[in-house]
Amino acid sequence: MSTIATRRSTLPGFGLTMGLTLTWLSVIVLIPLAGLFIRSLELSPDQFWAIVTSRRTLNALRTSFGLAFAAACVNLVMGTITVWALVRYRFPGRRLFDAIVDIPFALPTAVAGIALSALFAEKGFLGAPLAELGIKVAFTPVGIFVAMIFIGIPFVVRTVQPVLIDLDPEIEEAAASLGANRWHIVRRVILPSLTPALLTGLALAFARAVGEYGSVIFIAGNLPNVSEIAPLLIVIRLSEFRYADATAIAVVMLIVSFLIIFAVNRLQRWAQIRAPAL
Amino acid sequence: MTMELPHSFSIAYPKETPRLSARHGDPRTEPKAVRIAIIGLAVAFLGVFVVLPLVVVFAQAFSKGISAYVAALGNPEALSAIRLTILIAAISVSLNLVFGLVAAWAVAKFEFRGKTFLVTLIDLPFSVSPVISGLVFVLLFGAQGYFGPWLASHNIRLLFAVPGMTLATMFVTFPFVARALIPLMQEQGTQEEEAAISLGASGLQTFFRVTLPNVKWGVLYGVLLCNARAMGEFGAVSVVSGHIRGETNTMPLLVEILYNEYQFVASFAIASLLAMLALVTLIAKTVLERHLDEGKPSHDH
Amino acid sequence: MTIEVRNLFKKFGAFAALDGVDLRVADGELLALLGPSGSGKTTLLRIIAGLDWPDSGELLFDDEDALLRNASERHVGFVFQHYALFRHMSVFENVAFGLRVQPRAIRKDETAIRARVKELLDLVQLDWLSNRYPSQLSGGQRQRIALARALAIEPRILLLDEPFGALDAKVRKELRQWLRSLHQEINVTSIFVTHDQEEALEVANRIVVMDKGRIEQIGTPAEVYDSPASAFVHSFIGESIELPVQVGDGGVQLGGERLDIAHDGVRPGASKLFVRRHDMQVGPAGAGALQGEITHVRSLGSAQRAEVVLSHGKTVIEIDAPRDRELRPGEIIGLNPRRYRIFAAPE
Repeated sequence: MSTIATRRSTLPGFGLTMGLTLTWLSVIVLIPLAGLFIRSLELSPDQFWAIVTSRRTLNALRTSFGLAFAAACVNLVMGTITVWALVRYRFPGRRLFDAIVDIPFALPTAVAGIALSALFAEKGFLGAPLAELGIKVAFTPVGIFVAMIFIGIPFVVRTVQPVLIDLDPEIEEAAASLGANRWHIVRRVILPSLTPALLTGLALAFARAVGEYGSVIFIAGNLPNVSEIAPLLIVIRLSEFRYADATAIAVVMLIVSFLIIFAVNRLQRWAQIRAPAL
Repeated sequence: MTMELPHSFSIAYPKETPRLSARHGDPRTEPKAVRIAIIGLAVAFLGVFVVLPLVVVFAQAFSKGISAYVAALGNPEALSAIRLTILIAAISVSLNLVFGLVAAWAVAKFEFRGKTFLVTLIDLPFSVSPVISGLVFVLLFGAQGYFGPWLASHNIRLLFAVPGMTLATMFVTFPFVARALIPLMQEQGTQEEEAAISLGASGLQTFFRVTLPNVKWGVLYGVLLCNARAMGEFGAVSVVSGHIRGETNTMPLLVEILYNEYQFVASFAIASLLAMLALVTLIAKTVLERHLDEGKPSHDH
Repeated sequence: MTIEVRNLFKKFGAFAALDGVDLRVADGELLALLGPSGSGKTTLLRIIAGLDWPDSGELLFDDEDALLRNASERHVGFVFQHYALFRHMSVFENVAFGLRVQPRAIRKDETAIRARVKELLDLVQLDWLSNRYPSQLSGGQRQRIALARALAIEPRILLLDEPFGALDAKVRKELRQWLRSLHQEINVTSIFVTHDQEEALEVANRIVVMDKGRIEQIGTPAEVYDSPASAFVHSFIGESIELPVQVGDGGVQLGGERLDIAHDGVRPGASKLFVRRHDMQVGPAGAGALQGEITHVRSLGSAQRAEVVLSHGKTVIEIDAPRDRELRPGEIIGLNPRRYRIFAAPE
């Protein structure tokens, strides 16, 4: 009687590769992240709350989250317009513009940071004309806003693009044959089917902007309570050896990021149900 | 299907269509004015937010002429930063490449519970802010960190030194290769591997002779993106490096230092190298994507 | 090489793929595993190959426990339904693969490998494709290369998983005959899985009919066709007329009326009467066990196929009759089953 106790798989190497994967994952990712959360647990709830709700921290969080959301909304609107033009229309240079959408994603953040800072500084190419109009961009929250728009561009465009491309033109023709005019079709037929992708893009752009550091700190004023982003506050606290403060702020930011990822997963599942791949 | 159309519809529609289009516009696309406005807005938006910053990098770098540009790059600090960037990228990319291959094999070729959870864990670094990615290592290895005292007593310097920076870079670039390979290997299925096994091949032989050649474009793609991110990483490395000039400055860190010291030409000169890397990466990415689409396995029916 | 399967069980979650399978395969025979999807035939084949493992039971190759070895050690040639050719290797390299991965101790040298590959490509008559790549071949060519590749390692058994399932009808027929003559030439114990009963009847020495993880009958094509052991086999192999009947003291009853046929020793209760379409003898009205009215006639090659409404229970059946006596719609005829089987209905 032979022993078939263990459930074996056809291909070899599962144990080894799974073990290596889990080990490597733990060492590089999980243990460091766990260290952060454990550190935060060393604070009593009161201490944690005190740090997070201190004036400077709250302002930093407000700056980061608020401006990130505003920038993500701008990207939602402009990104939709952009992806519409890229997918639906033909114009000279279309392919080139399609390619450059990825630049904010590929360009190192420090490079983007100094470029935006130089561009929008008071003597900069765009900063000068804006200053004439009385709009100061560099070293103000507006500058943070601008930088966050920059880095969020690819997220809405690239998330919506495949969905828009795959939209069945016959559905629009059906709507037209039923008497809908173009605006009706866009509003009632096309945009609803894009909604899950739009929201996903919004969430991704928001998540990226909240945590962004390199692109923002050059153009931001970095004045506490005015134009200081949360990641910068973490760096400052670290340099002051106030590890507890840094940890608390980081935990708050991480929890929000994870909630957003969770929401995005839900959105994508919702998208599957509403419009399963046929 | 015998369905009776409303009488008026079937008679009226053909005659009314031309007038309908003229009055309400062709319902299959937007009116011309709207189209032009949308294209204009899109072009302006991308022009201001993407093209201009890129142009600024090169304009500033060459603003004092080519000799100044070359001199800035030839500066010993610059060269040292370039060397360090390449070193850290090489190590991070190689290690994450091996991990990516191993993880993709485990995830794509076997069935087990918790697979989605595992992939989510692998994706974690993507959702962590770069500063936090550096912070976690400071908390582990810093003077007040968990392993700080132990490291100090053994005279090992992780933070404010290359090993720490490499670790932070590996954290940040962790998922790239795995994410490129997992869907690719899943799509390719296990049939060829099963065939190889039935023909007497061992696991390693199967992996190197059958699996690897089939995913070579995916490997290149993952390595390309991983490298781009590794060389350009700023936030995480900044937190972990201590900014010791000439020793622990990568190219992005040097860009920051020079900019803060108002050495704009030098700063933008190095930035221009990084920008060129980004452009080359994008071009190579587009080329590879075409290969990946072609190489998608077609089921032999 | 002989194969023995004893009491094999395999479950996928709650689904029983193999529910107690016993089988003996003789050396050199060409065996078909025939059944509908879900019958367990592919699972059985993969377990024999080592690509899957049973929950319990035994598997013996020449009286040796085969479950102690994994797929790469069993020396089994496997041909996949979708060929599984290595897409980045040429045809030559595909066939040579099994020879190249052998341990250094027993590996042949390059010249010997080349010779063997050429020999095999000649065997499948595709020597001229040696430098092409799988994507450049037709389906039938790919399948033959897959076969050559499996034969390269001189396997003790050859296992084929629906080898012609992915090909169109004409190519399928050609390859069927080609496989049969190839088997006669190389004489390796071979098992192939199919859901096409015509294929099994045409090619195999013996057929194993499977349903729901169990073996319904094992026999030669003639045995399985002429003497089906169960209702399932009768309806799966060949075309049959199936009539629900009641077996009781009054004999066999259809639709309340007594039929003039013996009840075959079947226990009383609900049963099914199986008759092949061409085993229904047509006679004058009044004669024969069944009566009916012809509603429709069409010619079918050498026979005519008639739709008949039986007087018993108004059931509609189709019969095949020779063309010597022309049937006409509206005719009342008597029918007598020359050969028939009665099986008890499942509980």
